[in-house]
Amino acid sequence: MKIKTVAEYIAEGDSPEILFWVGCAGSFDDRAKKVTKAVAKILDAAQVKFAVLGTEESCTGDPAKRAGNEFLFQMQAMQNIAVLNGYEIKKIVTACPHCFNTLKNEYPDLGGNYDVVHHSQLIEQLLNDGKIKVEGGEFKGKKITFHDPCYLGRANGEYEAPRSVLAKLDAELVEMKRCKAKGLCCGAGGAQMFKEAEKGDKEVNVERSEEALALQPNIIAVGCPFCSTMMTDGVKHAEKEGTVSVLDIAELIAQAADL
Amino acid sequence: MGIENVLFTIILAAGAGLFTWNVRKIIRNIQLGKKLDRTDQPAERWKIMAKVALGQSKMLVRPIPAILHLFVYVGFVIINIEVLEILLDGIFGTHRLFSFLGSFYDFLIASFEVLALLVLIGVVAFFIRRNVIYIKRFRQGELNGWPRSDANIILGIEVLLMSAFLIMNASDAILASRNFGHYITAGSFPVSGFLVPLFDSLSNNSLVLLERFTWWFHILGILAFLNYLPYSKHFHIILAFPNVYYSNLEAKGHFTNMDAVTNEVKLMLDPSATPVEIEGPIKFGAKDVQDLTWKNLLDAYTCTECGRCTSECPANQTGKLLSPRAIMMKTRDRLEEVGKNIDKNKGTFVDDGKSLLHDYITPEELWACTTCNACVEACPVNIDPLNIIVDLRRQLVMEESAPPASLSTMFNNMENNGAPWQFSPADRLNWATES
Ligand code: SF4
Ligand code: SF4
Repeated sequence: MKIKTVAEYIAEGDSPEILFWVGCAGSFDDRAKKVTKAVAKILDAAQVKFAVLGTEESCTGDPAKRAGNEFLFQMQAMQNIAVLNGYEIKKIVTACPHCFNTLKNEYPDLGGNYDVVHHSQLIEQLLNDGKIKVEGGEFKGKKITFHDPCYLGRANGEYEAPRSVLAKLDAELVEMKRCKAKGLCCGAGGAQMFKEAEKGDKEVNVERSEEALALQPNIIAVGCPFCSTMMTDGVKHAEKEGTVSVLDIAELIAQAADL
Repeated sequence: MGIENVLFTIILAAGAGLFTWNVRKIIRNIQLGKKLDRTDQPAERWKIMAKVALGQSKMLVRPIPAILHLFVYVGFVIINIEVLEILLDGIFGTHRLFSFLGSFYDFLIASFEVLALLVLIGVVAFFIRRNVIYIKRFRQGELNGWPRSDANIILGIEVLLMSAFLIMNASDAILASRNFGHYITAGSFPVSGFLVPLFDSLSNNSLVLLERFTWWFHILGILAFLNYLPYSKHFHIILAFPNVYYSNLEAKGHFTNMDAVTNEVKLMLDPSATPVEIEGPIKFGAKDVQDLTWKNLLDAYTCTECGRCTSECPANQTGKLLSPRAIMMKTRDRLEEVGKNIDKNKGTFVDDGKSLLHDYITPEELWACTTCNACVEACPVNIDPLNIIVDLRRQLVMEESAPPASLSTMFNNMENNGAPWQFSPADRLNWATES
């Protein structure tokens, strides 16, 4: 599969239907890169005409903004908007809820208006339209629990798309007590990912992983690269990495559909 | 009109006057905040107020306190119809002015009595929940001292008011059954009827005394209660309505973009850009209460100190110093202090060397927040502690240049490489070719 950049489309006198915003984690973090590839495989299999910005992409500025560095955020935002508007981008999909939230809610005031979807929403639509097919597959009968990303759930009210995608796996979906609007954070948001936790008696990701592990799932499904890191560490902390895997919904669908 | 009615009218006017005076001071304090337009989408706002404030929809998440609270809330609101009668009786020297309503009056009084009983049940249960059984959110440190007493005082006042109301009805009913004086048979007393045997042996004169005493106690109690509200977390019974009306209707993940910053950044990228007008001095973030918006300050006065936010907060649950409830309480405390300062100095604030940030809220609290919005979601009256937290962080980072060292590193990376980690932008597309 060849990943095309927007620049390459333009050079051919063509333009992509949708921009896949990869994000910093998706570009650089080894674990998240696998999710990026899974998303690309799904888009490719569904014959979606997509492109990436490649080296022209830059951080949305989300962690700077949540940390209170509005200057840096707006610098990042305006540079990105200049690139996006220059390419006349209309529609964006991203596998990172933080990028999703920032692009969708905070870029419009600064002149960046796009139709932004989270990958769970696009995958849901592709499944519903029959563009990709999943029949049970290797996760049939497995016990899966979904950890809601704060910036997809509470921040943007999307609780159903990831669940409807997971429902296609023919697996047993179990919910943690703290789910959907009451979902507990993984501990990474608000720039916590990039700093030591403040003094306390427990790590947030350990608390959350324990809650998930108490359900004795085979898989903890996630929809965010930071949640993925935090939950993976939490599972390791409980020494359960041999029996429980932490997988992104895109990975689950790509694997189930044999992509 | 006798001397009693004149006295009553004077006390009533004084009580109402004092309340108005206190409320105006609070409005003045709230207006110390920065401008923010929350007048858009009125239809949507009325709807959310009907649902969240009047209908208490967000209380339902926890059914037991929701039902108890509903007893007290409905009881209190509806019994105020009875208070209206008491007021008019007091002014005009009438007795049971509304009794001309006949059987409907019986129905009204009977339902007030049942509601009064439900209020009593609710209040006693609340007292037990707060003081006897262990519920973490009612035992946390920020409630020590005045806030805990405040909650118990309110419950105490409610017990006294409801008891006075029921005893008044019981003595009144006995006098009426003896055809004494102007005491007419009106109303029906399903609850206070059970109190009749307690007072049945009293003489007519003692009963009149008891009836008058409880009548005065009830109405003076209500006036005292009204005037206690502005000093109490119980002010939420009034402020919940405007506070929910002016809720943030945007997605919770949408943090405002600061116009002052937009100006600077635009000029940096294009020196010929035209900046937008900004009123007042430009500050990058909030250091004190005057730097917050009026909605943040209204939030602070509306907070019920229920701790639903704190009990959902991931930072607080894992033992960090942060408690979103404490953020709201400290904001209110500081605002009250600033208000008193202004009163003392004839209308202007004189620098007292203190500020909300540092003297009330510490960086350690602020840096524990994951911006997860759990507190905002949990608040039954749509308060947004996160908004204050982020504005204070902005002050720490942009005005005081004091972020935690690891975040400085993250900022540097982003500035130099366009990513929060130290990776070269040239490697962004490597994933596409790696196996
Ligand atoms: S947004 Fe911050 S203060 Fe509110 S619940 Fe989450 S971590 Fe706690
Ligand atoms: S902010 Fe809301 S949830 Fe938190 S204590 Fe105050 S009223 Fe309760």
